[in-house]
Amino acid sequence: MPSLPPIRPEDEEVALKTRPGGAFDAPVDEEHRATLFEMLLRLGDDSLILGQRLGEWCGHAPSVEVDLSLANIALDLIGQATHFLNLAGEIEGRGRDGDALAFHRDVLDFRNCLLVEQPNGDFAQTMARQLLFSAWQKRLFDQLAASSDERVAAIAAKAVKEVAYHEELAAEWVIRLGDGTDESRARMADGLDWMWRFVPELFELDEAAADANGRGLWPDVDLLRTGYDARLQTVLAEATLDAPKPQRPILGGRRGHHSEHLGHLIAVMQFLPRTYPDAVW
Amino acid sequence: MYTTELQKNAQVQNLEDPAKLEAFEARVAADEFIEPKDWMPEAYRRTLTRQISQHAHSEIVGMLPEGNWISRAPSLRRKAILLAKVQDEAGHGLYLYSAAETLGTSRQEMIEALHSGKAKYSTIFNYPTLTWADIGAIGWLVDGAAIMNQVPLQRTSYGPYARAMVRVCKEESFHQRQGYEIMMAMCAGTADQKRMAQDALNRWWWPSLMMFGPTDDNSPNTAQSMRWRIKRDTNDELRQKFVDITVPQADALGLTVPDPQVKWNEAKGGYDFGEVDWEEFYAVVKGEGPVAKERMKARREAWEKGAWVREAAAAYAEKLAAREAA
Repeated sequence: MPSLPPIRPEDEEVALKTRPGGAFDAPVDEEHRATLFEMLLRLGDDSLILGQRLGEWCGHAPSVEVDLSLANIALDLIGQATHFLNLAGEIEGRGRDGDALAFHRDVLDFRNCLLVEQPNGDFAQTMARQLLFSAWQKRLFDQLAASSDERVAAIAAKAVKEVAYHEELAAEWVIRLGDGTDESRARMADGLDWMWRFVPELFELDEAAADANGRGLWPDVDLLRTGYDARLQTVLAEATLDAPKPQRPILGGRRGHHSEHLGHLIAVMQFLPRTYPDAVW
Repeated sequence: MYTTELQKNAQVQNLEDPAKLEAFEARVAADEFIEPKDWMPEAYRRTLTRQISQHAHSEIVGMLPEGNWISRAPSLRRKAILLAKVQDEAGHGLYLYSAAETLGTSRQEMIEALHSGKAKYSTIFNYPTLTWADIGAIGWLVDGAAIMNQVPLQRTSYGPYARAMVRVCKEESFHQRQGYEIMMAMCAGTADQKRMAQDALNRWWWPSLMMFGPTDDNSPNTAQSMRWRIKRDTNDELRQKFVDITVPQADALGLTVPDPQVKWNEAKGGYDFGEVDWEEFYAVVKGEGPVAKERMKARREAWEKGAWVREAAAAYAEKLAAREAA
C-alpha cells in the first residue's frame, strides 16, 4: 500500500474550523434533527403569527401609505414563514409541508413567542410590537446568516434585508408618535407598556435554545440582548420616551403555553383547510 | 379596479375663451397629452377630477372585500398573493390620488367627498365576499372588467392619468390571472369547492357587467368625454368585449354564466346577452348596495380612528422642520 502524504498544517486548520459533526456529510442524528425542527418552528411561527396579525389591518389603517406598509411587512413575514415551515416539514420527514404545519396544528403545538400574538390594539400598540419584535429579529437573522445549517443561513441572509426595513419603519413611527402630540405620546407609552412583559421571552435560553446554540443553530442570546438594548435605548431617547418600568416576564410561548388570543387567531386562520380537509386550494 | 362615470353632471357651460378652447381641442384631437400646467377647459378638469378620484376611491374601498379574506386565505401561497394584490391596490389608490391632485384638488378634499357620500366609487364593492371563491371571482371578473376599461385609458388625453394607467394595467393583468387560477383550482376540486365557484359566478356576473356603467343612450357624458379623449370606447362596446372574452373562460372552467340569454351570434361576431337590472344598478349607485353602509362605515372609522396618527405625524414633521431651521 503506497504511503499517504502527510496532512499539511493549513488543511488541518480548515478541518478544525468545520461545524460540529465534521467536514463531510455525516448522518444527521435524531437529536440534531429534533433541535433544528424545533428552532425552525419557532422562527416560522413567529413570522406567521405576526404576518397574520398585520393582515388584520388591511383597509383600516390611518392612511393609504400606512395600509401599504403594513401589508408589505405582512407579506414579507408570510414569505419567511413559508420558507421556515417548509424546511421544518422537510427536516421532520413525516410528509408535512408548510401548509400542513400552519393550518393543521393546534395551540399547544405552536412555538411562536407571546409578543407576536398580542392583539393589534391601536396603531401605537401595533408599532410597539413591531419595534420590539423586528429589532430582535434583525439581530437574530444577522447571526443566523452564519448558521451551521446552510439552508437556515440562506433564508436568514435573504430575510434580514426585509427585517432591517421593518425595524426602521417601526422605529420611525415610535419616534414620530412619541415626539408627536400629547395624545400620540400617551398612546405610544401605553403600547410599549402593554408589550414590555413579553420582551424577556425573546432572549430566553431554554433547553432547546441552549442545545441549538451548541450546534451552531442559535446565537448567543446575551450577545443579542446587548445590541437590542442599545438599539431600543437610542430609539426611545429620540422618541423622548422612557422605557417602561420592568415587569415580571411572561413566558411559555416556546413550549406551547400561549395567551388566550392565539386560539382565536388560529381558528380564523385555519377555518378553510380544517372545514374542507380534502380540498386543494 | 376601475369605475366608470357614475354622476350625471350638469351640461357643460361654454364660457371658455374660444381661441384657447379651439387650440386645446386640436391638441386632444391630435392625440397629444395634456399636462397639469397646460390650459384646459374647466369642464375637462372637473370631469377628470371626478373620474380619477372615483377610480382612486374604488381602489381603496376595494381593499375591504378582499381584506375580508386575508386572515382566512386557505394556504400560505394564497395568503401571500392576496396580500401582494391588496398592496398593489393601495399603490394604485396612491398614484391615482396623486394624478387627481395635479388637477388642483387635495387628497384630503377627495377623501372628505367620499366620506360625505358626495363622491362615488365603483358599485361592485357594495357586494359582499362570502366564500373564498369570491376572491377568485373578483380577480377574474372584476379585475377582468377593470382591465377592459383601463387598457384604453393608457391613451387617455390627460398625461398623469394615462401614465398611472400604464403601471396599473400591468398589475391588474396579474390580478386577473391569479383570480382565474383560484377559480381553476376550485373547479378542479371537490364538490364543495365547485359549488362555491358556481355560486360566486352567479353573484358576481351581473354586478361585473354593471361596472361598465349605464347603456350608451343613458350615458350623458360619454360623447363629450370621448371627444376629449377622456374615454376611448363607449360603455356598451366595452361591456360587449368583456362578455365575449369571459363566456368562453367560464366554459373552460365548466361553470355556467347565470344568464339564459347568453348565445353566440355569428352575424355580429359576439355573444348576445340579457339586460342588466338597471334598477339595481341605480340603487347601488345611490348607496343602497347590499353592503354599502358597511363599506362606508369601515372607511369613515378607519379615517376617524387614524386622525390622531396623522396629527402626530404632522406635529412631528413641524417640530423637525423647526429644529432644522434653528
